[in-house]
Amino acid sequence: MKKLIKVLATSLVDNPDEVEVREIEGERALIVELSVASDDMGKVIGKQGKIARAIRALAKAKGNKVGKNVVVEIVS
Amino acid sequence: MKSIIVEDGSVEEAVQSALKKLEAKREQVEVDILEEGSKGFLGFIGSKQAKVKVTLKETPEQLIKNFIDEVIGAMELNVDYNVFSANEYWCVEFQGEDVRFLIGRRGKALNALQMLTNLAVNRKLEDRIRIIIDAEGYRKRREETLRRLARKTAERVYRTKADVILEPMTPQERRIIHLELQDSERVVTLSLGEEPYRKVVIRYNLKGA
Repeated sequence: MKKLIKVLATSLVDNPDEVEVREIEGERALIVELSVASDDMGKVIGKQGKIARAIRALAKAKGNKVGKNVVVEIVS
Repeated sequence: MKSIIVEDGSVEEAVQSALKKLEAKREQVEVDILEEGSKGFLGFIGSKQAKVKVTLKETPEQLIKNFIDEVIGAMELNVDYNVFSANEYWCVEFQGEDVRFLIGRRGKALNALQMLTNLAVNRKLEDRIRIIIDAEGYRKRREETLRRLARKTAERVYRTKADVILEPMTPQERRIIHLELQDSERVVTLSLGEEPYRKVVIRYNLKGA
């Protein structure tokens, strides 16, 4: 899951080197924490959270395949 | 990105031989001149070769493929796809045993992938392109379902004269409903609410037949 979020975030931001992803794995759930350069926050959130919602939708799609609930948090 | 450095008598000659090596046309590459080169004295004493760096620009197709390969690889989904351009836009069509994960409930995952692909690819292009992503004909099937829903619901609204509010839809999906009923004299359609929960309302047409 970490890889997926990393791929998505790095292809959207201006500072791909500052993309960091942490993953906390539980038995049924997975929490992924994404952090990007502060200038890039808007690039991973989008207007009214549109981009963040799309990132979460793909994370959940993968979660469905592996049978896990996925939560993606964007942290600063 | 593929680039090569070539030396030759003049800048123009160096560029030409680089194009030959890359099997590319002039408009497909970017040229950086590293050394201008000079004829020198009497054409040989102190003459300097021109040196250029020629970089192959990535085509929309390559950019789409690079992004999709990375995402699908990271999602570990068992799917294949092909990319082709049609009229004003590019299409990515998926097939394979895992497409249902890629589509998601009501096409949620597919729409997400479409949006992110458009963003990621257009960042690297000067001229914007539009990319449509489909999986095993999902969009076509969804369109037929929505048209049928529109007609059935319009019939019910006409009979009962009560508004019916449909579930939230994307702008493209709402458009299909509006178009399907635009010529109806029995009902009118409108949209209410804010994205992403904006919904179509089908209402009895008081001025109609």
